Amino acid sequence: MGRLQEHPVVQFRRGKKVTIYFDGKPMEAYEGETVAAALYANGVRIFSRSFKYHRPRGFFCAIGKCSSCMMEVDGIPNVRTCKVYVRDGMQIRSQNSYPDVNNDILGVFDRLDFMFPHGFHYKKFIRPSFLRLFFVNSMRKFTGLGNFPKEEIKERGREETLECDIAIIGAGPAGLSSAIYAGELGADICLMDENPRVGGQLVKQTHRFFGSAEHGAGTRGIKIAENLEKKVREFDNVNISLNTGVFGIYDGTIGAVKDNTLIEIKPKKIIIATGAYERTLIFENNDLPGVYGAGGVQTLMNVYGVKPGDTGLIVGSGNVGLILTYQLLQAGVDVAGIVEAMPVIGGYFVHAAKVRRLGIPIYTSHTIKKAYGSKRVEGAQIVALDDKWQEVPGSERDISCDFICISVGLSPTHELLYQAGAEMRFVPELGGFVPVRNRYMETSREGVYVAGDAAGIEEASTAMIEGRIAGLDSAIKLGYGDKEAEEMRDKFVSDLEEMRRGPFGARILKGLEKVVV
Amino acid sequence: MPDYCKRGFLLTDEIAPRPSDERLKERKVAFIECPQEIPCNACVFSCKFDAVEMENINAPPRVIYENCTGCMKCIRVCPGLAIFMLEIKDGKGRITMPYEFLPVPEKGDTVSLLNRKGEIVGEGTVTWVLPPEKNEGTALVTVEMDKDLLFEVRAFRVR
Ligand SMILES: Cc1cc2nc3c(=O)[nH]c(=O)nc-3n(C[C@H](O)[C@H](O)[C@H](O)COP(=O)(O)OP(=O)(O)OC[C@H]3O[C@@H](n4cnc5c(N)ncnc54)[C@H](O)[C@@H]3O)c2cc1C
Ligand code: SF4
Ligand code: SF4
Ligand code: FES
Repeated sequence: MGRLQEHPVVQFRRGKKVTIYFDGKPMEAYEGETVAAALYANGVRIFSRSFKYHRPRGFFCAIGKCSSCMMEVDGIPNVRTCKVYVRDGMQIRSQNSYPDVNNDILGVFDRLDFMFPHGFHYKKFIRPSFLRLFFVNSMRKFTGLGNFPKEEIKERGREETLECDIAIIGAGPAGLSSAIYAGELGADICLMDENPRVGGQLVKQTHRFFGSAEHGAGTRGIKIAENLEKKVREFDNVNISLNTGVFGIYDGTIGAVKDNTLIEIKPKKIIIATGAYERTLIFENNDLPGVYGAGGVQTLMNVYGVKPGDTGLIVGSGNVGLILTYQLLQAGVDVAGIVEAMPVIGGYFVHAAKVRRLGIPIYTSHTIKKAYGSKRVEGAQIVALDDKWQEVPGSERDISCDFICISVGLSPTHELLYQAGAEMRFVPELGGFVPVRNRYMETSREGVYVAGDAAGIEEASTAMIEGRIAGLDSAIKLGYGDKEAEEMRDKFVSDLEEMRRGPFGARILKGLEKVVV
Repeated sequence: MPDYCKRGFLLTDEIAPRPSDERLKERKVAFIECPQEIPCNACVFSCKFDAVEMENINAPPRVIYENCTGCMKCIRVCPGLAIFMLEIKDGKGRITMPYEFLPVPEKGDTVSLLNRKGEIVGEGTVTWVLPPEKNEGTALVTVEMDKDLLFEVRAFRVR
């Protein structure tokens, strides 16, 4: 079916074969796959319906950030299927649709949208007043998300309290590096990640990384993740807690959930290394199943070995878009082209050259105008832009493709930083809201550090160095380490400066000027 | 911004100075197509013969052709897949290219040759293959072709 059997770089180690049921229909899945990946491999494209107009929605991010993959799993509504793993006999039901998500007759609302330009409420269906309650109750049946579980949930949640020197949130390259360097100095560390494995974005990066030779350049992302993991597991003083989602920081106390346990963590220092979100783009039909985040497609393809489609169109020619194009070709998927609104290619020339010499066109000064299709992407229309970013009339052209990947940049995850009380600023050069901090990555909130993409969108190489700096500095402030540790920290600070000296770093430096105090 | 940043490929007058025919006949030589300032120096550190020069981590690399022994260390690690080994042997051109696709060709196979834009410009014969499992997933493939194509061909397609 839709699973890749062979791949030039990745070996897919699939678990035991199991059967899951989607709206009653049995489907083949493998242990270790998420429900969303297994459904996709079995041809499911519509994962949910929008809650008012019942427009079909596919998955988008595949990492639990967008909520467009929600279904009822074993009786529990609104489960993000990209975050739960298959189990034999699992019952998955589409929700918010009748009779099912594929043929939702309530999709008719989408055809009648001209009648409700403001949505349903406030202006329509309020008169005559004696019928208002009837209207409200009827509308509630048609809209909203999910159904209440039919049975009472008997299982009780548990609580747990933990204390540690340094709590690190996020086990991507930044968080892992913090843990290794602070762990080395002897600090007692709690490293948490909501994913079932460490590595963050690295687990889907099958290509070799740039950077300095000292920091692992030329090594594949997946391999860097393995190396970091091996290293961090050597320390007894680093407690790694996976499947652990941090939902809040209250006056220095961290709240997290793991399975049905509520964990309260009281650390002396906190390092926030939660990475970034993928951005989306506005165009007609941008919510059609088949319009995916670039990272989402990488997760599906490189982590789970599921083919996203036959022919893709890539929107955005930054490194992510260029690398994804190359990875799609490696998986045997065709790419119709790369669209870039800027007059120049956004990513590194060498990445662009890799796909150009395989004949993939890059349309600079072009954007996507719309996606075609009713239940899934059946094509796209692109259009040229003039030097004032206006569409050039008559330059529209149709591209035939069955999925579209949006890679128009990332934004730092800022929620926990705000909640921790760090002073935040909007810095476009760094991708969005980022905290004010000193050169050792400590934010305006004493004892709260930031590292990696959460501090500003950059690269794994810089994320790792920032992580080391934050790890070292927080441990030093707690009395661990000696003069040597301080020298090491300062050396990493100057390494970072060195790496940012080129034209790609110039933009980052401009952004950093606004937040580093 | 140089024009190649719009195109995504180099024109022949934008590539580095070419090694001479004499040098190409002596032994194979690394030829790098990495003109942009990016924070990467993997090639410099991989070379044990001081044949790759770089002023700082952001500067583009430059090969000193006299020093290059053709050991192929650099082409194995380059994340940009921007290094090609060039050679003239028995009047024929030979290019060694990194290859990360399936199926991996075998010695003796005929392949279609692609230029920097992906256009087919001829055909060549595979003379040597370093299998991907010996180089962390990146195969190296040497293809023999018309000598005039040495500075034009940068990829191939298995038929
Ligand atoms: C397609 C692509 C290609 C790339 N190519 C390169 C390249 O060639 N070279 C390079 O140097 N860089 C590259 N990068 C960039 C690099 O991957 C990122 O910059 C790097 O992963 C950032 O590291 P991080 O640790 O800050 O964040 P991430 O790797 O995103 O890790 C963040 C972690 O935090 C966890 N998390 C988030 N919120 C919570 C929470 N509330 N509770 C618990 N855990 C949480 C997440 O699950 C995740 O594991 C690429 C990125 C992409 C997407
Ligand atoms: S082939 Fe060997 S000697 Fe020549 S530049 Fe590359 S690493 Fe150096
Ligand atoms: S290793 Fe490759 S990408 Fe990096 S600087 Fe050298 S030639 Fe350029
Ligand atoms: S939350 Fe599952 S695809 Fe985004």
